[in-house]
Amino acid sequence: MVNNKTTERVVITGMGIVCPLGHDIESTWQAVLAGKSGVDETTIFDASTFPTTFSAEVKGYDFTRFTKNPQLHKDANRGSRFAIGAGVQACRQAGINVETDNPADGIDRRRMGIYLGAGEGAANHEAFFSAIAAGWDSEKQQMDWVEWTDVAAVQMKAMHELEQEANMPAAHLAMLTGARGPVRGCLTACAASTQAVGEATMMIRRGDADIIIAGGAHSMIHPLGQTGFNRLTALSTRNDSPQTASRPFSASRDGFVLGEGAAIVILESLSSAKKRNVPILAEVIGYGSSSDAFRVTDMHEDGRGAIQAIGAAIRDAGISYKDVDYVNTHGTSTQENDSIETKAIKAVFKERAKQIPVSSIKSMMGHLIGAAGAAELITCVLAIRDGIVPPTINFNDPDPQLDLDYVPNVARKMQVNIAMKESFGFGGQNNVVIVKKYQD
Amino acid sequence: MGRTRVVITGIGVVSPLGLTAGKMWEGLCAGRCGIKKISAFDPAKFSCQLAGEVENYKIQQYVPRSFRKATKLMSRDIELAVIAADEAVRDSGLITRAIDEQKVNVKPERMAINVGAGLISCDPCELAPAVAKSIADGKFDIRKWGKEGIELVTPLWLLKYLPNMLACHIGIIHDIQGPSNTITCAEVSGHIAIAEAAEVITRGNSDIALAGGAEAKVNPVLIMRQCLIKRATTRHNDDPEGACRPFDADASGSVFGDGAGIVVLENLDNAVTRGARIYAELIGSGQSASINPAYEHIEPDGCGVTIAIEKALAQANISPKDIDLIIPHGTGVPQDDLAEAKGIEAAMDKEAGRIPVWPTKSMLSNTGAAAGAIDVVAGVCAMRDGLIPAAKNCEKMAPGCNLNIVKETIKTDIRYTLCFGYTHGGQTAALVLKRFEN
Repeated sequence: MVNNKTTERVVITGMGIVCPLGHDIESTWQAVLAGKSGVDETTIFDASTFPTTFSAEVKGYDFTRFTKNPQLHKDANRGSRFAIGAGVQACRQAGINVETDNPADGIDRRRMGIYLGAGEGAANHEAFFSAIAAGWDSEKQQMDWVEWTDVAAVQMKAMHELEQEANMPAAHLAMLTGARGPVRGCLTACAASTQAVGEATMMIRRGDADIIIAGGAHSMIHPLGQTGFNRLTALSTRNDSPQTASRPFSASRDGFVLGEGAAIVILESLSSAKKRNVPILAEVIGYGSSSDAFRVTDMHEDGRGAIQAIGAAIRDAGISYKDVDYVNTHGTSTQENDSIETKAIKAVFKERAKQIPVSSIKSMMGHLIGAAGAAELITCVLAIRDGIVPPTINFNDPDPQLDLDYVPNVARKMQVNIAMKESFGFGGQNNVVIVKKYQD
Repeated sequence: MGRTRVVITGIGVVSPLGLTAGKMWEGLCAGRCGIKKISAFDPAKFSCQLAGEVENYKIQQYVPRSFRKATKLMSRDIELAVIAADEAVRDSGLITRAIDEQKVNVKPERMAINVGAGLISCDPCELAPAVAKSIADGKFDIRKWGKEGIELVTPLWLLKYLPNMLACHIGIIHDIQGPSNTITCAEVSGHIAIAEAAEVITRGNSDIALAGGAEAKVNPVLIMRQCLIKRATTRHNDDPEGACRPFDADASGSVFGDGAGIVVLENLDNAVTRGARIYAELIGSGQSASINPAYEHIEPDGCGVTIAIEKALAQANISPKDIDLIIPHGTGVPQDDLAEAKGIEAAMDKEAGRIPVWPTKSMLSNTGAAAGAIDVVAGVCAMRDGLIPAAKNCEKMAPGCNLNIVKETIKTDIRYTLCFGYTHGGQTAALVLKRFEN
């Protein structure tokens, strides 16, 4: 394919979020700055006997508030419903008309795309477990598929099944916005929405679209998701104190806290944003992606892949590591991630490593898995806007090995010109996006 | 900035017609059908009892000795992808860590990977002992599961079912350290993964990329899903070969199957410098969306189909009259086939009646995330041999479809091939391949 490299600058003109700390940008941001925790007992299903009994749920959310046509989206899964709320907010801010056949926003729908790092919808667990229970012959250790089918065919529901596919959140946003440009989705585990924003930025840069609705949506707070993470011993089991369970970079960190939500940014070419005369929130200046090629179970010990992705993003941005004012970490609160991420930051930022504030908002909103990167990127944009960086809460027992400035417990006022978002996916897919205060 | 051209230098396929690209092509040319009665589980009470199953294989044969233990962490989707990647890399002449650790001729950090994946369903039998342990009063009890059942789930269970693990395993096996992505756009995952990997090369982030897709659809949960959504045909349980009938008047639904397709994409300069055999050039991609309130089908006029094709042609800088072959999505679901045909006709304008259209799913079944990549390989083989095999099961064109479906094998020069796909949900994607010319 021909290299159509253009000089298009890419800016953010709208943002929306539905997460455990709020159902819109401003209330979420206020909660983050106040150091609030969105973690509590799990209520979506009965997790009372699981090794972990808590999570960071989105509570009291009503997606019908965001659409004139809830009937059209009635079968949408949890992640898709979050995406609808976050997407509509972002479109409104960017002046993109939704739910109309005759948009008056001056945007060519063929030049508007979607790129989501979105997760699969939850399985119909009741049907799934019941069918297995009906069909399994414990003595023979084999499945009677006829018995299995009798239950599955009745209990599984067609639209629920269709809506489970990971491309469905993007499909709902396409219906809402009429986007006819490139529509993509990726699922690189915990790095998915950072990758979506990064790749979407590249699409605009090379002129494949003027606008891309980018971000992520995911919920893995369901019996099989939690079973999987619990068995991996990746989750915190601090059941007696859910609010302090997510404690990135602390010595006593014992795993991440499962969260859920959606976060969407409107990426737009600078020329389109100027033509439409919409406020510009920040500029996306760099993106880097790499793989560890190490083990599916562990990060590379030296943070090789992480270092490579950060380096690639810095090169892509055409800046020096000295220019970065703030790093929003992957910071999951697992022993492994936080120590390797710290190593990687030291390797890249050298003598400046301890001077740069690096924080993890997963301490407050938990880990949104596919949606995490975009949600965290949004806080980078807000840090630039308001001149204040979010804290890492629950930071009460520093790990002697980890000696960076993690912005402990209290948000900090400081000018931020350039902020970096790091995301590292399970299995070794690493993605980094750099945003900058917009200057003409 | 000069032009960066992206070429295909290696192909690998696992399909119901065989475990290699060569076997698949042979089967397609011979008009063989890979669809049979399901043997992976007893489908007696399924409304559709057919699938495109892949013959038995030993995964250990496709990974380096040092990686054999890690095959325990592979779901079938991952295995299929790993096998196709092994073939594609060997076919390309590249020597990665997996091929020969002593003679590696690639730079790991200059290699990228992008493997499309489906929604991987776990094997119900694998969780059955844990479920059996969680029964109280004859019913599944989530509290028992959380305490006792869960203990019987193997600790690394989740890692087998994360869609990104296809790319991760291949990346580890072949030591690919550059950009890595996992496209999860159902049946266009393969198309998009290949398009995006090419973009990674054109923007200079890598010289070589492994790209494609894989999915194991022959799983009771996934086949049941297709039955419930009514995409699977129910009329041909006694006639597997005649079951999937894209664009045919008697079409009644699709048939699903297992598969994987991986291609090696390479910066042309890199390929020329190392003297690689070049199959074809990827010269354009285009994407759009179908917007339909009844989103279990694509919109009746196929507008999203038309836009994706138009974009791909524009990027390729060619017009419909240049296209020699179209490999459509063609699933055998009548309503969607008709909409796709309309979309293609609108994009091809006066040329629609001329261009040979060759649907492959009648023989290969619908392999989900693998389908696009498998079609790309089929297109590459067709261009290489100057041959379009006859399509199967389109005996009488469905009313309203006005396409030139390939009835008899055609021997002809093929310079440009268009591969196309769409999803339920609406994503559409088109790729334009060109026979390689210097």
